[in-house]
Amino acid sequence: MIFRRKRDADRLAATAEVASRSLWSNAMRRLIRNRAALAASAVLGLMVVLVLIGPALSPYDQATQDYGMIWTGPDAGSGHLFGTDSLGRDLFVRTMQGGRISLTIGVVTTLVSLIIGVTYGSVAAYFGGRVDSLMMRAVDILYAMPFLFFVILLMVAFGRNIYLIFITIGAVSWLDMARIVRGQTLSVKQKEFVEAARMAGASSFNVIRRHIVPNLLGVVAVYITLTIPQVILFESFLSFLGLGVQEPATSWGTLVKDGADEMSRAPWLLIFPAVFLATTLFCFNFIGDGLRDALDPKDR
Amino acid sequence: MLLQVTNLRVSFDTPDGPVDAVRGLDFELAEGQTLGIVGESGSGKSQSVRALLGLLDSNGRVSGSARYRDTELIGLSERELRRIRGSRIAMIFQDPMTSLNPHLRVSTQMTEVLAQHQGLRRRAAMSRAIEMLEAVRIPDAARRIRYYPHQFSGGMRQRVMIAMSLLCQPDILIADEPTTALDVTVQAEILDLIRDLRTRFSTSVILITHDLGVVAGTCDHVVVMRDGEVVERAAVGALFDQPQHDYTRRLLAAVPKLDAGG
Repeated sequence: MIFRRKRDADRLAATAEVASRSLWSNAMRRLIRNRAALAASAVLGLMVVLVLIGPALSPYDQATQDYGMIWTGPDAGSGHLFGTDSLGRDLFVRTMQGGRISLTIGVVTTLVSLIIGVTYGSVAAYFGGRVDSLMMRAVDILYAMPFLFFVILLMVAFGRNIYLIFITIGAVSWLDMARIVRGQTLSVKQKEFVEAARMAGASSFNVIRRHIVPNLLGVVAVYITLTIPQVILFESFLSFLGLGVQEPATSWGTLVKDGADEMSRAPWLLIFPAVFLATTLFCFNFIGDGLRDALDPKDR
Repeated sequence: MLLQVTNLRVSFDTPDGPVDAVRGLDFELAEGQTLGIVGESGSGKSQSVRALLGLLDSNGRVSGSARYRDTELIGLSERELRRIRGSRIAMIFQDPMTSLNPHLRVSTQMTEVLAQHQGLRRRAAMSRAIEMLEAVRIPDAARRIRYYPHQFSGGMRQRVMIAMSLLCQPDILIADEPTTALDVTVQAEILDLIRDLRTRFSTSVILITHDLGVVAGTCDHVVVMRDGEVVERAAVGALFDQPQHDYTRRLLAAVPKLDAGG
C-alpha cells in the first residue's frame, strides 16, 4: 500500500501501536469503565491522602489532652472537628492516625500473606504428587490451630507491638492465599504453554516465575482486595478484645471499640471511626468486584 | 541413526493400579527424514514422545531405550534433558491458542529461549527471533514480534510456535498434531511450511497425527499405533498401496475422499 502522505502513514502506525495491549492494560481499561470500582478507587485514594496529611492540618496530636474540652461533640470553632474523647484527645487526629495504622496493617500483612502464599501454593501445585500432599497437609494442620490462642500466646510472650500484629495476622492469612493459588496453579499448569516452556528447556523455577505466577495474578489481585479489608477487620477484632495496638497509638478497630463503650453518652466517638472503617471496607469490596469483572476471561 | 527408540514402554500409576499407555514402541529416525506416527486418540502416540523428553506427568513411568545420537534419553537427569529440550529436540503442540503464554510478548518468549540455550544477549536474540519469524512467513515481523499472543490468529500463532521451536536449529522437530486445531486451508499452509523449513534447516521431523491425509504428503515412513502398540510400520508409499494390517485398512477407508468410487 502506498501512503499519499507521510501523515497518513504515521497515523496508521500510531493506531497499530495502540493495538498492542497486554491483557493487563485491557483489564485496566475495563476497570476504569466500571463506575462503582472507579468511584471506590477515588474515594479510597482520597481516604489515603486524608489519613496521610490529616493530622498535620489539626493543631492537636493524638496524645495531647485538651482538659477544657473533655467529651465535646464535633465543634469547628475549637478545631475539634470530630469532637474529643473522655480524655480530651482530638478524635479527628486519632481517626486519621488510626487510619494510618489500619491501612498499614491491611497492606503490609496482605503483602506478607501474598508473598508466602503465592510461593507456597504455586510450588506445591507445580511439583504435585508427594510434595503437594506434604505441603498442603502442613497447611491443613496450621488451619486447625486455634488462632486466637496462638495470638494471645505470642502477645504474652513478646509483648504487644505492631510488628507482632503484622506477623500474626500474616501468618494466618497466607493459608487461604496458598490454597487459592494452589488451585489456580493446578489448572494453569495444564495449559499447553507451560508444557511448551518446559519443552523449550526452561527450569522449574523459571516456569513458575515467568509462566505460572503471571497467569495467577488475576485471581490473586481479586483476592488481595478481599484480604485487605479482612485483615483490617481482623485487627479491629483483636483490638476489640484488647489485643491490638497499644495506647496512645490507635487503629480504627480500637476507636470503634472505645466508641462502642460510650455509645449512648458520646455517639460521635463511635460514628466517625465507624464511618471511615466501613467506607474503606466498602471501597475495597467494590474494587475487588470490579477487578473480578475486568479480569473475567469470558468478557474478552 | 539420529534417533533410535527400542521397546519404549510408558505406564501411569493410578488409584486403580497401573495403566499401560505405550506397550513396546520401536522406531528409528534418520537424518533429514520425516516420520509419521499415526493413531486414534488414546493410542499412546503423544505420551511416547513426551516420555522421550522426560515430560510425563509425575505418575508416569518409562522403560526401554531411546538413543539420540550417542545419548540415552531415558533416565537422563533433568538437567541434561533441559539442555536437549528446545535446543536439540524441539516440539510444537496441537493448540496454538493455548501454547503461548498470554501474559508475555512474543518477543520475550522467543528471546528467552535463545538466552537460555545459546546465551545470546537481548539485541542479538531479538534480531535472530525476527529472522525466524520472517522464515515462517509472518509479514512485518519486526513490528509484530512485540505483539501479545492474543493479537495473532490461530494459524499465525502456530507459525510463531514453529519459529520458536526452530530458534536453536534443533536436529529433531516433534510436531504433535500441529494442524488439528486449524481450519483446512490454514492446515495446508502450515504443512507446507513444515516441509519447506525441514529442508531449509535440515531438521528431521516426527509428525504425530490422526489424519492419514496429512501423513501422505509429508512423511517418509509411518508407524501406525493402536492401544499403545505398533500395528504396522512401512514406507509411506507402501502403506497407502498395500496396507498389511486390518486396522490400517480401516483407517485408510475412514479418510474422506472426493470421488465416491474410490
